Amino acid sequence: MAQIIAWVDERLNLSGIRHFIAEKGVPVHTQKLWYYLGGLTLFLFMIQIATGILLLLYYRPSSSEAYESVQFIVTQVEFGWLIRNLHSWSANLLILAAFAHMFSVFFLKSYRKPRELTWVSGAFLLFLMLGFGFSGYLLPWNEVSFFATKVGTGIAGAVPIVGRPMLRFLRGGDDVSGATLSRFYALHVAVLPALTTLLVTLHLVFVQRQGMSVPIALAKRERAGERIRQMPFFPDYILRDVLLWYVALAVLAALAAFYPWELGHKADAFAPVPPGIRPEWYFLAMFHTLKLLPSHILGIEGEQLGVLAFGLAGLVLIVIPFLDRRASDEQPSPMFTLLGVLALVYMFAFTIIGYFAA
Amino acid sequence: MGFVSTIVAVAYPVWRYLIPPASAEPATQSVVAAQASQLKENSGMLFKFGSKPGLLVRAPGGELHAFNAVCTHLDCTVQYKADTSTIWCACHNGMYDLQGNVISGPPPRPLERLVVNQRNDDVVVSRA
Repeated sequence: MAQIIAWVDERLNLSGIRHFIAEKGVPVHTQKLWYYLGGLTLFLFMIQIATGILLLLYYRPSSSEAYESVQFIVTQVEFGWLIRNLHSWSANLLILAAFAHMFSVFFLKSYRKPRELTWVSGAFLLFLMLGFGFSGYLLPWNEVSFFATKVGTGIAGAVPIVGRPMLRFLRGGDDVSGATLSRFYALHVAVLPALTTLLVTLHLVFVQRQGMSVPIALAKRERAGERIRQMPFFPDYILRDVLLWYVALAVLAALAAFYPWELGHKADAFAPVPPGIRPEWYFLAMFHTLKLLPSHILGIEGEQLGVLAFGLAGLVLIVIPFLDRRASDEQPSPMFTLLGVLALVYMFAFTIIGYFAA
Repeated sequence: MGFVSTIVAVAYPVWRYLIPPASAEPATQSVVAAQASQLKENSGMLFKFGSKPGLLVRAPGGELHAFNAVCTHLDCTVQYKADTSTIWCACHNGMYDLQGNVISGPPPRPLERLVVNQRNDDVVVSRA
């Protein structure tokens, strides 16, 4: 092994990487547990890539064959059920981990100067993950996913002015059809992975360049001269990371084995919507809010207003580091903490209500 | 300038390619939706009206009504609810009466009504 490293080193000069690995440390403090969520999200994303590639070997992206091909994967292909269940469960855990990572970074105010771009890239990554979830949901071409896609693309269509062209662009026509499936497939397996790879790389480069952020109170003590204990990134921190990944893998395997993901009935554009229809849990809060909005508010169509409000919320999420000036000045910003708590309570409450109301 | 024109020359065809072509299929004007004798009072059924679903309802009084079955809220397919004699969208709980008007829930507009005619036992539904 040493010989191989020496051989590569002689040709590529690895001293920079060696130095980086030897010097890199992770601050040790009471909030350090939250640091692991980013790595966990990355691990689950890698599971998605691996299982997604395996599913591609049998999946057929057409309205006449998609459902049957997934049925074939889970009933005929050896361990096909496992690969599909892992992909479905890991997708859900990935979004859960991404949200948890985002909220932990938010409450620790780690987005503050100089890490604004890390936050912005992370916010876009979260949107990409939701895009993966939305596009992947349609691919089995079952009843529930068909109507969820109708509603989801209908929401895009409710955006004033650009809504209609956007809806046609997403659906590949006026209605959800085989053309929509082709587009969602292309998005899911080519466009989104390419964008995500680019952004994940940027996100990780930012994190590595700047190191881990520490909470504001701790940073203040550090400026006053206190020395914060550091844990070597390699191997101490990375081994802890891997330990958590093992736990995640065990949870994932258990879920995939004992709670198989239902395939349901094949989509039929001329069948009524099955009662109790609802999207994936991470869209439930939005789904339920749209359900509660009256048809017209102040002369504007309810769903248009709802869609605009969600768009605005997404925009605020992206630019939070630039709005929270107090955090950038290393001062506590309780108003933003309150905003985060309210957002979290809203998401929790509406997801649970939406789940039971459906 | 040369660079900009290269970008435009590449981006324009890609942009146009991404926009789906308008459907080549002419809009359906009229279909035989059902046999009148098969549709009981206080019941409804979905039928194919071109590329869209249609809803044919026989009201408790026996009269026939037909609608474009696409909910005006977010495009879900509506269905007839016999216990309340209303048209219901399961996605967001939108309710319409048998004239297609919104009774409750988020739909912003009435359902599009279709014209119903009976020719012997055939129920012929046409665009208004």
